[in-house]
This record gives sequence, structure tokens and C-alpha cells, in this order.
Amino acid sequence: MSLDLGFWTLQALNALQLSMLLFLLSIGLTVIFGLMHFVNLAHGALYALGAYFAASAAAVGGYWAGFFLAPVAVAGVGVLLYSGLIQRMRKSGPMAQVLVTFGLIFALLDITRIVWGDLALGLEVPSFLAGRVALLGVEYPAYRLFIIALGLAIFAALAFVLSRTQIGAMIRAGVDNDAMAACLGINVERLFFIVFCVGCALAGLAGAVAAPLLSVTPDMGLQILIPTLIVIVIGGLGSLKGAIAGSLIFGFVQTFGAVLAPQLASVLIYALLAAVLVIRPVGLFPAKG
Amino acid sequence: MLELNAVNSGYGETQVLYGMGLRAEAGRVLAILGRNGAGKSTTLKTVMGLLPLRDGQITFEGQAMPKRPYDIAKAGIAYVPETRDIFPSLTVRENLEIASKRFDGAWTMDRVLDLFPRLGERLENGGTQLSGGEQQMLAIARALLMNPRLLILDEPTEGLAPIIVKLIHDKLMELKREGLSMVLVEQNFGFATSLADDVVVVSKGQVVWTGSAEAIRADTEAQHRWLGV
Ligand SMILES: Nc1ncnc2c1ncn2[C@@H]1O[C@H](COP(=O)(O)OP(=O)(O)OP(=O)(O)O)[C@@H](O)[C@H]1O
Ligand SMILES: [Mg+2]
Repeated sequence: MSLDLGFWTLQALNALQLSMLLFLLSIGLTVIFGLMHFVNLAHGALYALGAYFAASAAAVGGYWAGFFLAPVAVAGVGVLLYSGLIQRMRKSGPMAQVLVTFGLIFALLDITRIVWGDLALGLEVPSFLAGRVALLGVEYPAYRLFIIALGLAIFAALAFVLSRTQIGAMIRAGVDNDAMAACLGINVERLFFIVFCVGCALAGLAGAVAAPLLSVTPDMGLQILIPTLIVIVIGGLGSLKGAIAGSLIFGFVQTFGAVLAPQLASVLIYALLAAVLVIRPVGLFPAKG
Repeated sequence: MLELNAVNSGYGETQVLYGMGLRAEAGRVLAILGRNGAGKSTTLKTVMGLLPLRDGQITFEGQAMPKRPYDIAKAGIAYVPETRDIFPSLTVRENLEIASKRFDGAWTMDRVLDLFPRLGERLENGGTQLSGGEQQMLAIARALLMNPRLLILDEPTEGLAPIIVKLIHDKLMELKREGLSMVLVEQNFGFATSLADDVVVVSKGQVVWTGSAEAIRADTEAQHRWLGV
């Protein structure tokens, strides 16, 4: 029985770790969507870029160099994307946006191939996070615990900013009604830009922390895109609560599904997605009720 | 103060305003009257930069009106839309602070709560937990906190109980006495003409009648023809 319990604890921690990684990705995507009504399918590609930047920086300056530089570098890419492409496409409607950002996925994919090659890169975790930690009766990799803690910390920080600060109120107002927010003297364009860059930085951070867990390959962004989209559809667009709830649901269904019903594992999450779409098409906690 | 000259505007393919022209004078209240679908709200949305100006000129205090709603707000125009547009995810307090933290002037939080004490009792409520009348008060209070030189109101009495209509009327009268310039779109003829100094009547996207509030009250022919009063 105790062995059993340890096994489930381990799975729960794995689920939590996957959830936190998805949260870092989905929060940016969902708030950008809520605020700007902009579908950025290239968000996953920014995650891959984050992993590459982290791997390159870590090769020179160690893990933490990558950890801190990758989000900044990806935010820099975000600035370029925003001013070069997205700002111009703000009014062009969802179809054009989907097509352009879908194309962007492959452009960025090829750029990473050209710059870093096709071989998978690795990234060492810092030595004090390399071992295992005894927790709740199991030995769990310290690095995965670090990801869980990081995800929770960022969730708490974002929750604080969104609910307690003036800029948070401005973002919520912008998600509710951007036209009225502008009429009240909020510079919505600048707000969009800031939120977009923060969303990109978080995608970069997700790539950087995920890099040591998987091998860094050009298509890792494509692989994470579908789970991220599922998370924000289940959670509901535009809200922090939706992003965290969707991430936890995805993480736990995916992880426990793989253990309990391996033959169904890949179908389970899609079945859940379909159920949510039928019962609550707007998702569980959409920003707009 | 605000001047529209031969303004064309509309939604996508549909043109709604055809050569709209009007003047609102400083320190006075201009009422824009007209039947449903005449283009009153469209006029205000065009002034606020929410719809693109296709043709013609809009000037504010002698300057060409900026294009973006954000710059228009900064120029000193506050807007209370027909739908009130209270932010549902913000509390009453946050709805007010969105404006008060961005603009300085004589209108402060304390002062708008003096004007509408009801809002003071609801500060921590969500924006959507308010009655229609309270939402209207909040929309007006929020606009005042922008310390505007011109206040634009789109049908502030729509859907409200008579007692609330009376209250809104008295408050707007107070603002008028203080010398605040206003542009008011209204279906309620009595309400509009008792507040306004000047009146324009709009039909099919054009001004068809211009004059004083007394003149339109006396002109039953114009009332009948353009307003169906
Ligand atoms: N979002 C929209 N898209 C297309 N046409 C619109 C839209 N909003 C209004 N219209 C059309 O524009 C015309 C003028 O509408 P507007 O809202 O300006 O009328 P109004 O004078 O404010 O009337 P009301 O007293 O009913 O508010 C109407 O024919 C209406 O159908
Ligand atoms: Mg109207």
C-alpha cells in the first residue's frame, strides 16, 4: 500500500511539473489572445527558441546564464515580431492571423535549423538541482521540483499583478473592452505591446527550463503547441484562472491517463476537450463571462 | 469647442453619416435628437475615434481632432456610451480608479462619491452587480474623473426608472451650472430640451434642424416631422 502511495505521489508530482510548464506557455498566449484578439500560433516556436537560446548561453556561462538570458532574448524576438508583423496585422481578422503565424512557425523552425543545426542539444542542470530530494515519502528529482516551484511562483506573481495593481486593472479592462479602455485614456497599444513581450518572455522561460528535461530540437515548439492550445480552450480565453486550471487539468489527465489507461492516453485529453466544447464552449473560466 | 464639418462615416461597407455638421459651444449643452437609427450614436463614435472618419473634418478647440480614442481622451473629451461599458472584471472602485489615476483636476474620487453617494456603498462590488441606474451613475462618475473639458453622453436615461431619470437629470443640471460643456444624445425629448441650450436634429445621417432648446419646444411641426413626438 505504501509503495502504491509513493507511486501515485510520484505521478502527481510529474503531473504538476507538466502543468507548470504548460502554464508558463499558455498564460502568455491566452492573455495576448484576450487582450489583442490575436491568434499567435508561433507562440510554441518562441518556446523552442527559448530552449535554444538557453542551451547556447549555458554552453558559455552555465545554466543560470541561459535561464536569465533566454526570456530576455525571446522577448527581443517578440519586439521584432510585434513591430514587424503583428502590429500591422491587428485589424486583419483571425483567418489572416492564423495563416501568417502558422507560416511563422515554419520560418522560425528553419531559422533554428540554420543557426543551430538538426542535432539535438542538451543542457545540464546546475549541480545543486541535479540530485533527488525526499518529499512526501518519495525521492523526486530536485530539478522537477524547481520547475513546479517556479511555475507556482510565477502564477502567484501574475495573480498579484493582475488583481492588485493598476497595470493589472488596466489589463483586465483592456481584455473586457479595449475600445472603452482607450476612451478612458489607457494607451491600449502600449499595453498590448508590454503584455505581448511578457508573454514572449514567459514562453522563452518555459523553453529554458524545459531544455534540460528533453533534448532541444527544432520541432519542440510544434509539439507543445497543441497541448497549449488545448489548455487555453479548456481553461477559457484571456484569464489567468483559466490558464492555471486548464494546465492542471491537462497535466493530470495526460499523466494519470498514461498510467491508468495507456491505450486511451492519447485520446483522453481530446475527449475531455470535446466534452468541454460541448458543455461549456467558452471554457471553464473565460475572461469574458 | 467641438465642430463637425461634412462628416461621412459608417460601419465597414455601410455608410451612416452623410455630410454631418454641427457645433457644440464651450460652457453649453448641445442635445442631438433624432429617431432610432438616425445616426446619433454613430456621430458620437466617430467623434471618439471609434469609427474612422471617411470624409470631412472634426475639430476640438480649434485643433484637428486626433485619430486614436486614447489621444482624444487625453485631449479632454470624456465619453459615456449608450451601453455604459462598465468593465465587468473590475470592481466599482477599480472602474473609477482607471480614470482617476490617469487624470488630475477638480474631480476627485471623494467628489464623485459626493455626487453619487450610491456608488460609495458599492465600491467593492463587481461592475456587473450594479443595477442599470447604478451603472449609469458609475459611467458618468468615471467620465468626470477624467476631468474632461467636454462630456459626451449617449442616451443616459435609456431603460431607467423615472425616479433615476430625475436623479440623473438633476446631477447633469448641476454639472451644467458649473459650466461643464456637454453633448447629449437623447430619445427623451423632455429630458433633453430641459437640459440643453442648443439642439440639432439628425435624420438619415444629416442635420435637418438646428436651433435653441426653446425653439424646438415651441416648434411642434419640427417635433412631429423629425421626432414623432
Ligand atoms: N455595428 C454596426 N454595424 C452596422 N451597422 C450599424 C451598426 N451600428 C449601427 N448601425 C446602423 O447605423 C444606423 C445608425 O445607427 P445609430 O446607432 O447611429 O443610430 P441612433 O441614432 O443612435 O439610434 P438609437 O436611437 O436607436 O440609438 C442604423 O441604421 C444602424 O442599423
Ligand atoms: Mg444610439
